[in-house]
Amino acid sequence: MGELAGDKHVKYILSVEKKKDSFESVVMEHLRLNGAYWGLTTLDLLGKLDTVDSDEVVSWILQCQHESGGFGGNIGHDPHLLYTLSAVQVLALFDKLDVLDINKVTDYIRALQNEDGSFSGDIWGEVDTRFSYCAICCLAILKRLDSINVEKAVRYIVSCKTLDGGFGCTPGAESHAGQIFCCVGALAITGSLHHIDKDLLGWWLCERQVKSGGLNGRPEKLADVCYSWWVLSSLIMIDRVHWIDKEKLIKFILDCQDTENGGISDRPDDAVDIFHTYFGVAGLSLLEYPGLKATDPAYALPVDVVNRIFFGRCST
Amino acid sequence: MASSSSSEGEGRRAWVPLASRPEFAGVTPLPQDDGPSPVVAIAYRDDFRETMDYFRSLYSSRELSPRSLLLTSLAISVNPANYTVWHFRRQVLEALGADWTEELEFTEGVAKRNAKNYQLWHHRRWVAEKLGPDAASRELEFTRKIFCLDAKNYHAWSHRQWVLQALGGWEDELDYCAQLLEEDVFNNSAWNQRYFVITKSPSLGGLNAMRDSEVDYAIEAIHANPENESPWRYLRGLYNDENEAWLNDSRVHSACLRVLKAKRNFKFALSTLLDLLGLGFKPNQEIKDAITSLRTSDLGEAGSDSDLANSICSILGLEDPMRANYWTWRKQQASSSS
Repeated sequence: MGELAGDKHVKYILSVEKKKDSFESVVMEHLRLNGAYWGLTTLDLLGKLDTVDSDEVVSWILQCQHESGGFGGNIGHDPHLLYTLSAVQVLALFDKLDVLDINKVTDYIRALQNEDGSFSGDIWGEVDTRFSYCAICCLAILKRLDSINVEKAVRYIVSCKTLDGGFGCTPGAESHAGQIFCCVGALAITGSLHHIDKDLLGWWLCERQVKSGGLNGRPEKLADVCYSWWVLSSLIMIDRVHWIDKEKLIKFILDCQDTENGGISDRPDDAVDIFHTYFGVAGLSLLEYPGLKATDPAYALPVDVVNRIFFGRCST
Repeated sequence: MASSSSSEGEGRRAWVPLASRPEFAGVTPLPQDDGPSPVVAIAYRDDFRETMDYFRSLYSSRELSPRSLLLTSLAISVNPANYTVWHFRRQVLEALGADWTEELEFTEGVAKRNAKNYQLWHHRRWVAEKLGPDAASRELEFTRKIFCLDAKNYHAWSHRQWVLQALGGWEDELDYCAQLLEEDVFNNSAWNQRYFVITKSPSLGGLNAMRDSEVDYAIEAIHANPENESPWRYLRGLYNDENEAWLNDSRVHSACLRVLKAKRNFKFALSTLLDLLGLGFKPNQEIKDAITSLRTSDLGEAGSDSDLANSICSILGLEDPMRANYWTWRKQQASSSS
């Protein structure tokens, strides 16, 4: 089995800007904040966050903030919970949460909770359990969970539970590993994991491992490195990660590396991108691959960052 | 990425610079401010850059005009995932008093190349909401077309469920699920939709009324492909929390037995029996013999496992080595409860 080409991945992340005309570059303008979160978290897991000038990042992030308190995907873009979470996560990475007007961000998020407990992603009202996670994770990091109706939020997530123990985007929707991560993560953060049938969900999740060793997101779908994150983190949160074959999954992720130019792809021999690079490295971190920082499966941040948020400065 | 075809939008034809188009005269392009020394700097293609520069200009002045509408179409064709562009488009459409049917046609064009785009589907719902129940059949037909290309498109399923609940059109839905499952019985999305229909359709009487016939339907699918995870989970879902009824349905026991006797693809049949045993199921001799006959010499003598549940877990641990730990855990559970 090959090894993790950590240095190559660092180079890849730092050089995304030089890849002129790539499809990835063109489509990323509007979600640059997500891109920053994926890239910078990966750098941190690889122990290389200090290669980036944190002041520049922080000042750019603040420029992405809208007057409503939410963050857009880039300067001048409309605010959305997806980018608001990334902004808060990146600030947490750099230990710069204190630059935020926390009341303002909290007000933005609180206003997006609906009567049934669900969350809209932005003022246009699209509802999805992904947004429940964004809101809950964000407010927990800001220590403002008490500003929303947590009981209702949990009830809505539980109403999206499916017959196989998983969760979908809305009540009645099919189980999908990405949505499961969001729902299990939100339930974990709010101390509500007792609503989950862990054995049933754990079995469904471990059935996602296919012959190649990779994980898929739904039955009969292709394996994809991003599910190394969605499925694994969910399994860890419900204490069932030993039900999959870890060695085979590690091999699958390593096989998706571009060992020459860095970066990780969805499947072996596909083109790499920053999204899959993050999910591959974070997945390996969850699998306790040597040389990587540990990742918190619920907050999707390095464990030392989460500890710093909740227990003060216990590492530097 | 989809290859280019004649049906695609204007943005994919030969690029005519906006600077040379009369309708955009007087607009001063506004470049993206990427901040100092970008963290994730972006390289822009020329057509993309120009379109977005013009878009930002009209957006920043909130010009709600036909040319703004055209510009959002162009911006969507270079990048349909930009929330802000769709957001502005809705503002323009409302201000101009849009023809909503025409807007549906626009989204259908975008969907041909970007059927997995979140913004597109949310926009489509917004337009359909404007049209109300009259839009139901068109929306169902639209998702049907998407399923011809990808029968598991998560967004399209989510849209279809919303249409049924908000606008109606339940009448043919069970037949439609059957049709999709005839085309591909491994389609878990179609199984999920079937469960959605039998539990939520206002005309079918709910799960209790549908259970009996659905058990037969699921068992038929199981016999055709016993390795298919979906009908097994569907079958269990039909009994939800009704353990007593689940335990006593002899059709389920016979189905498991028949799969075991074929001696292949028996993982889910064994797992189902394991579930039933945990609930107090007392199998007959035929089922016991069928389980015993699946033991290979690797597992030693038939009596070496303390009971049937242990035996099942040993067999599955060998059959499904990737999940050996899971089956070991099931064995521990079985032992501790017996």
